[in-house]
Amino acid sequence: MDNRERIVAILKDVSKKSNVPEAGESLFDSGFLDSFALPDMVGELEREFGIKIPDSDLHPRKFESIERIESYIENRK
Amino acid sequence: MAAIKAFGAYLPARVVGNEELAARLKCDAGWIREVCGIEERRYARDDESVASMAVEAARQCLERAGLAAGDVGLLIVSSGSSERRFPGPAVAVARGLSMDQTPAFDLPLASAGGLFGMALAATLADRYGNVLVVASEKMSSVIAREPAEPGVAILFGDGAGACLISRQGGSARIVDHVLHSDGAFADDLRLGFNAPLEMNGRSVIMQASRKLPAVIGQVLERNGKAAGAVEVFLMHQANQNLIDRVARSLQVESGKFFSNIRRYGNTSSASMLIAASEWWQDPGPRPGQMICFAAFGAGFQWGALLVEGC
Repeated sequence: MDNRERIVAILKDVSKKSNVPEAGESLFDSGFLDSFALPDMVGELEREFGIKIPDSDLHPRKFESIERIESYIENRK
Repeated sequence: MAAIKAFGAYLPARVVGNEELAARLKCDAGWIREVCGIEERRYARDDESVASMAVEAARQCLERAGLAAGDVGLLIVSSGSSERRFPGPAVAVARGLSMDQTPAFDLPLASAGGLFGMALAATLADRYGNVLVVASEKMSSVIAREPAEPGVAILFGDGAGACLISRQGGSARIVDHVLHSDGAFADDLRLGFNAPLEMNGRSVIMQASRKLPAVIGQVLERNGKAAGAVEVFLMHQANQNLIDRVARSLQVESGKFFSNIRRYGNTSSASMLIAASEWWQDPGPRPGQMICFAAFGAGFQWGALLVEGC
């Protein structure tokens, strides 16, 4: 699986939804993530990609969409 | 080593249920319960102030401690919703308690103010003897400011809590505390003068979800204690979903996290002391029991404080 597929798999698991939003679509506005699902998403990203996301990077806009998450993960590697 | 002698609290008489609030904010009462676990909160009367509520909580605390106001060596008053820029409510509280000769100062912190006050009192008790910490908030006056954001206005209530910390005696000794702050997120939860409260809820929840378990783990680890060994966690009552999340992160059953948010809402810096006041009365601490306080709020400022029943 490439990074985007891995992110989508996590998103489906955290959001409990089987459909997938557009890569640039807001995960908040589309109802995939709320305030309490976002920390779960971040935790799963850390586990899946073997990274530690520092608290200073925990701005919701960095995790606003699949595209933004993908960009963040690739910059962290 | 400093010790806790007593807690006290004051809640205004007027109960505001979700139905009443939902009608004002044009939202659904069931939604309020779902997103924060709050069913009702208390609103102060127009003639009640941050200082007057603080005086009531302080009186109850002193009575439970078996002390007179003249026995207090230092007064610390925390509030993020005081009515004026200066002087803060501390001197008015001192006057209300007839403690005009006692040094009194303000701690203008929202949410975490009660915890920071306790930590400060524990540090200063050796010098000042009996240190009275009071946290009081009139959040109803804050959320009355327009435009009211329903996601914010549903959360808050009014009230005051107090704690008496002494250099000796008491029912629990203060073992240790850890305090943190990070101004990088200062704009994510803020209250300007005569402005509505502004909150980036996603940022607040995300940061609190990580920082609260971390700071609790920090104070426990450096004292050789496991989370499972703690009898009760007395946290800032911000949101029931957040409290449950912190419990899960620490792998502790949620029942160990005392909660009264359903009845009082989020009373900002007062909430942790109000919760402690209720728990201290029933069941209260027993010798050897570990009790962990924790709070997170605007700033961001957060911390944890560990005590042991004696």
